[in-house]
Amino acid sequence: MAQPLVKKDDDHDDEAEYSPFLGIEKGAVLQEARVFNDPQLDARRCSQVITKLLYLLNQGDTFTKVEATEVFFAVTKLFQSRDLGLRRMVYLIIKELSPSSDEVIIVTSSLMKDMNSKIDMYRANAIRVLCRITDGTLLTQIERYLKQAIVDKNPVVASAALVSGIHLLQTNPEIVKRWSNEVQEAVQSRSPLVQFHALALLHQIRQNDRLAVSKLVTSLTRGTVRSPLAQCLLIRYTSQVIRESGNNTQSGDRPFYDYLEGCLRHKSEMVIFEAARAITELNGVTSRELTPAITVLQLFLSSSKPVLRFAAVRTLNKVAMKHSMAVTNCNIDMESLISDQNRSIATLAITTLLKTGNESSVDRLMKQITNFMSDIADEFKIVVVEAIRSLCLKFPLKYRSLMNFLSNILREEGGFDYKKAIVDSIVILIRDIPDAKESGLLHLCEFIEDCEFTYLSTQILHFLGVEGPKTSDPSKYIRYIYNRVHLENATVRASAVSTLAKFGAAVDELKPRIFVLLRRCVFDSDDEVRDRATLYQNTLGGDGSVVETDKDVKDFLFGSFDIPLVNLETSLKNYVPSEEPFDINSVPREVKSAPLAEKKAPGKKPTGLGVSSSGPPSTADSYERMLLSIPEFANFGKLFKSSAPVELTEAETEYAVNVVKHVYDKHIVFQYNCTNTIPEQLLENVIVIVDASEAEEFSEVFSKPLRSLPYDSPGQTFVAFEKPEGLATVGKFANILRFIVKEVDPSTGEAEEDGVEDEYQLEDLEVVAADYILKVGVSNFRNAWESMGADCERVDEYGLGPRESLAEAVNAVITLLGMQPCEGTEVVPPNSRSHTCLLSGVYIGNIKVLVRLSFGLDGPKDVAMKLAVRSEDETVSDAIHEIVACG
Amino acid sequence: MSAPYSEACPSVKNILLLDSDGKRVAVKYFSDDWPTNAAKEAFERVVFTKTQKTNARTEAEIAMFENYIVVYKFVQDLHFFVTGGDDENELILATVLTAFFDSVGTLLRGNVDKREALENLDLILLCIDEIVDGGIILETDPNVIAGKVASNSIDSAAPLSEQTLTQAFATAREHFTRSLLK
Repeated sequence: MAQPLVKKDDDHDDEAEYSPFLGIEKGAVLQEARVFNDPQLDARRCSQVITKLLYLLNQGDTFTKVEATEVFFAVTKLFQSRDLGLRRMVYLIIKELSPSSDEVIIVTSSLMKDMNSKIDMYRANAIRVLCRITDGTLLTQIERYLKQAIVDKNPVVASAALVSGIHLLQTNPEIVKRWSNEVQEAVQSRSPLVQFHALALLHQIRQNDRLAVSKLVTSLTRGTVRSPLAQCLLIRYTSQVIRESGNNTQSGDRPFYDYLEGCLRHKSEMVIFEAARAITELNGVTSRELTPAITVLQLFLSSSKPVLRFAAVRTLNKVAMKHSMAVTNCNIDMESLISDQNRSIATLAITTLLKTGNESSVDRLMKQITNFMSDIADEFKIVVVEAIRSLCLKFPLKYRSLMNFLSNILREEGGFDYKKAIVDSIVILIRDIPDAKESGLLHLCEFIEDCEFTYLSTQILHFLGVEGPKTSDPSKYIRYIYNRVHLENATVRASAVSTLAKFGAAVDELKPRIFVLLRRCVFDSDDEVRDRATLYQNTLGGDGSVVETDKDVKDFLFGSFDIPLVNLETSLKNYVPSEEPFDINSVPREVKSAPLAEKKAPGKKPTGLGVSSSGPPSTADSYERMLLSIPEFANFGKLFKSSAPVELTEAETEYAVNVVKHVYDKHIVFQYNCTNTIPEQLLENVIVIVDASEAEEFSEVFSKPLRSLPYDSPGQTFVAFEKPEGLATVGKFANILRFIVKEVDPSTGEAEEDGVEDEYQLEDLEVVAADYILKVGVSNFRNAWESMGADCERVDEYGLGPRESLAEAVNAVITLLGMQPCEGTEVVPPNSRSHTCLLSGVYIGNIKVLVRLSFGLDGPKDVAMKLAVRSEDETVSDAIHEIVACG
Repeated sequence: MSAPYSEACPSVKNILLLDSDGKRVAVKYFSDDWPTNAAKEAFERVVFTKTQKTNARTEAEIAMFENYIVVYKFVQDLHFFVTGGDDENELILATVLTAFFDSVGTLLRGNVDKREALENLDLILLCIDEIVDGGIILETDPNVIAGKVASNSIDSAAPLSEQTLTQAFATAREHFTRSLLK
């Protein structure tokens, strides 16, 4: 390694002179590009100029529109030259310039000529260039040539056409899909890479057709796939098919598993690894299935190639999360990787060991890690700290050595994120392992004695205030806290004062001493610190005697603060301009920030010091809250179900409208979500006029217009109907969007004064039976079915007529009923002749319903179905049958 | 629209050739993950600084950051990188790196350093163009790649490694005169 360094130093001075691009300047190169127009082309010179242009682009220089166009036109002249090398550079620069569609026409004919040239190199490259810059209309013109090229005997040409097909499928799927036959032929090609590209394209063409993908995989896994890359693809597609065919483990062997296992003995490492990874990621993989994959990965661990070691250890690390036992065999190999040169590999090895390690190996492991920690970067250290935290939660008895480890690394150098990860871990351990509390708190106290991060100091002080008073000897923490008042900045001092007061409030023996300390704080130089000290002094009362303060005040100052901060903020904002005194009780507490519930949730990233990350509320939740905020809907009672949005307009129309159906016991509310997609318009008084003449049992009770709908910011308008109570009334509604449209000046964004009334026809909306059934799953269908009893069971048989496939019929019935499929029975294994599907749900009026559907193929396409319904109410069972009978 | 990796075609996010100061010699991005030149340069800087101190001269090395997998190999004052998504098969990326590294080695006739690379930048750019097309791997055999790229300087499409001594001498002489004329 030293040798190249020496050489570099020697050359360093004259190296700069030798760079062919030294002092290169865009303007000069553009001037030079004029040689492209010479009648006698100098091919070598032109190539050099193109290289210079490409160099500029590569260095991040950009050409203006005019410059690019000029260069492009000049370059097109170079098609006159017959020089091979120059032509290659021309192709390259055309791709880099990515000309606009009106410019493309200029080179089209030249490129098409090259596409039909005798020189294969020209053909392959011309195809790639043309497909890169082409648009739909041009594509239809060259389609014929591309189809030929796909089955060309020259592999380079065929690959060029296939790869271009893969790109074009994104923009012009309907054209590329017509090439299926040629692509299928190319899959059988003798050239490995053609096979790879053809397989990738064929799969993408058919990816939405599960049956076709399954057939493709079935035929190819039996045949011979030559290229390792194609083999990797096939493994990916196979695991997709396995995933979609559902779990067949109880019925014996998983389909295609043998193929995956066979790939573990392939001669290419790439394929072996792909197969091993695919096996480890199978749903519900059994240990018997895992073993061969783990064995090859274990061999990779001791490979001389870092890439192989990394790939193996990363995969094993993932396996260890779910099946730690399966990985323990690799522990010895893994331990030797701790000293791996590549720190990524070492970190992955350590975290895997931490996951798979058993209680007895913890101490030995910790010793090894201590040496390792000193020479890795912070980002790796954080990963290790997190792994140690979960290990400690797994083996609470080992808390002592793990806590010691954490406190040791806390004392060492490190950045904020690293220190925060350690502190968070200690806090979580204190919370979850009672024995660790006292030692953990002392470690934190020691840390704040010498902590440079204000954020961490204040967080720890707050935590001490909560946990410290509950310990056996609270007084020992006081010294650490009071030291902060002397030594730290104002923010930390203020929170130290609060913490002191909390000790005083919670521990009566300490109160007189705390009071003395607080009195000293009154002379602090900072306002906030003085204010807090004075406030707490008054609440705690003087000379140690317990003052009868208002209990509410005490609760407020020292109790837990359970009001969501977001709500408090809104309430305070409302309070500022108002005259009324502020009342904390008026702040709503509804928002579910739920920091407590989240703390314990396993698997989730544990949150540290009171930092709660409240996830987005579920849609049902947010709908309910939104509807409650509209007074007219408040007396409708409890919301039963909100449907998924139904589109009432085609995509890309002027106004996009979809509707959500909210079902109540006696009412139904349509929430129309409208989006105005015209920048030059402002809509006002937007309302949907609903014609319910085909829904006789519904009567409109209320509608809430949308005041204004500016461009691209969605708004809602509502219409409410009354309907017979507790019944699943169905009907069809015609909708018209009515509004006042105002022109908007695009330059100023201001709307004109006067508007015009206008209407816009929307599609019809149907309320169907499925709207009255909630999708509610049951964990054990059989138990639920048995316990429901046969009292209200209704069984009948139906002929569904000719269907495309069994799966299609199953899906149609599930959608019709709108119930929750249980135990993965919605997936129909390919090629099966019969299928049983289990559904569960809750019918309006909170009545549980279970459905058992047995499908069978009757003749080639005809599907017959037996429907068994059990529910708590026989009328509901009948209603379900009626839905199916009418559907 | 991106399919989960397990259904997607293996893809390469970028191919980078940097010098020993982390400056660009030749780079090609196949993904929109880095929309601006500034974003690209920032990524290159991170890749360069994080791998700088590692020894990737005998075997290709690998690192993972910002949810990308980067395989890399160094020779003289040149740093070769190939980047893929974090779900990509590491060994496929390593194959692409080998294809790039070895074909450049062949094209530069073993004199793989920055000066030589810049003087033959056209070959390097063509080489990248022959390895990956829009993120999809086009060819992985270094000899075939070098053969395709070099077919402009020699008449037959025979791979460069199979050139006769006379041919090699002729091309070398041509090369030499060219650099004198500059």
